[in-house]
Amino acid sequence: MKTLLIGEYREGKLLDSTYELFGFAGQLGAETALLLVGSETQLPAYGGTLYLADAAACGEYNPDLHKKLVLEAVQKENPDYIVFVHSSYGWDLAPRVAAALKIAQVSEVVALADGGFEVGCCNAKMRRTVKPASARAVVTIQAGAFPVLQPGGSPAVQKLTSDGGAALEFVGYEAAEKKDVDLAKAEVIVSAGRGVGKKDNIPVIAALAAALGGELGASRPVVDAEWVSHSHQVGTTGQTVSPKLYVACGISGAIQHLAGMKKSDFIIAINKDKDAPIGEIADVLVVADVMQFVPALTAKLAR
Amino acid sequence: MKLLVCIKQVPDMESRFKPDAAGVWFAETDLAFRMNEYDEYAVEQAVQLREKLGDGCELTVLSIGPDRVVEAIKKALAMGCDNAAHIQDPAASGKDPWQIASIIAAYAKDKGFDLIFTGMQSQDRGSAQVGVTVAELLGIASTSTIVGFDYDNGTITAKRELEGGIKGVVKMKTPALVTCQLGLNIPRYPTLPNIMKAKKKEIAAIPVADLLNADSLATTTSFHPPAKKGGGIVLEGDVADQVDKLIAILKDKTAVLR
Repeated sequence: MKTLLIGEYREGKLLDSTYELFGFAGQLGAETALLLVGSETQLPAYGGTLYLADAAACGEYNPDLHKKLVLEAVQKENPDYIVFVHSSYGWDLAPRVAAALKIAQVSEVVALADGGFEVGCCNAKMRRTVKPASARAVVTIQAGAFPVLQPGGSPAVQKLTSDGGAALEFVGYEAAEKKDVDLAKAEVIVSAGRGVGKKDNIPVIAALAAALGGELGASRPVVDAEWVSHSHQVGTTGQTVSPKLYVACGISGAIQHLAGMKKSDFIIAINKDKDAPIGEIADVLVVADVMQFVPALTAKLAR
Repeated sequence: MKLLVCIKQVPDMESRFKPDAAGVWFAETDLAFRMNEYDEYAVEQAVQLREKLGDGCELTVLSIGPDRVVEAIKKALAMGCDNAAHIQDPAASGKDPWQIASIIAAYAKDKGFDLIFTGMQSQDRGSAQVGVTVAELLGIASTSTIVGFDYDNGTITAKRELEGGIKGVVKMKTPALVTCQLGLNIPRYPTLPNIMKAKKKEIAAIPVADLLNADSLATTTSFHPPAKKGGGIVLEGDVADQVDKLIAILKDKTAVLR
């Protein structure tokens, strides 16, 4: 079995997630070849075939050109699986490659399953086992689901070039907003999620944070609804934290949130849904209405 | 200018999901359905553009599924879409993203849409494939996961959300497709007068057989809950009792309470 792995560069740097692709290929027991649109000055620690295109010429985000490059490498390698990380780069490019080849795409694989792949569904509360019907398939793997594996060595570089028009112009990157709260330093974080119900209830969560001597955190929906400012957001697009105590109030536990807080020493989740994915990683799951439980806890702590 | 927004109706994610008889998707019994959350942002952005462009602009909302999806279509009409296409398919949940994208592309191909909006993914299936695949099948430009959108005279400027809070700014010309991420805007609630107005708007019913031209490329063989990792303590019951137990655990297992 053979895999063509599609690595990722961002702002001139090889992303570490590229090595998770090797973790996936290792579990499959598959041979590998790697494709990167990157730079000769930043080569991966990998002794196999590397199809390398120059990001200075092809751009870091240029789906039309990158698709052509992947298709060229597919023709040379004849892989069984074309594997991306399920990232803003991978989920954008993978369907274009799958459509061009008219083959199956299995998205956000979390594990291998008997003859197929395990993927999350229903906001990560459930799982599906998916089997491609096509002989060849595109796969995107969930970030963090497979181990980081650095094969080591120096690659045998085969240069690829691509030209032709592109439908899309990449203007540039916009830096992340400045943070007025540094959650990374907090020993205790109490985060509010959608289960808090409304903006008026945020002070109740903030009061628990204060009672525990911690900071207020928030999940994405609460920030999107403008109940709490973005500087408090925990997760893939916010801050990554590892406090001594993390209290998740009314947070269901989307993968993007879990990725930002699962390394906390001790995790308490308060949620009325016993099946919420946050329960998977919580040390303690309190099955309760947040707005009943949190004020009661704060009152008792204040005594 | 012609706009299309594609929406899906999904179950409330707070629901308890049980496998259906075939064991490959959820049973619909006892589930409440609503518009996919990502699609609410897509509808809002499309309606905002429709309002900006005024009378020369027409905004169509499309949804594939059984009769229940008409509820989600009506919400989109009440939010400001002009008319709707209901692609009638009682078996939509069994179709893979490739087939769903093919159906949408078959519907859109001779209608000259200048701009198509979709959600970045569905909350239930979560493949994040359909929008981009529709654009590929139509041979038009697309970008995904947008959290910023601007349109001026045939040029779209979109901000893509990347990891770590960084954004990527892209420009493309119509015809094009964008997939919308949460936080792109604040989706409006339909007002009562607009709900009443929406009742008069046209919903074209199209049998899926008229548009389906693709076989499925992937098969779901099982739908099941994730394996429980175990180890966590679950506190249920009376709130006062839960509070006492939790404080005891905090004193025992953490150095936070002294």
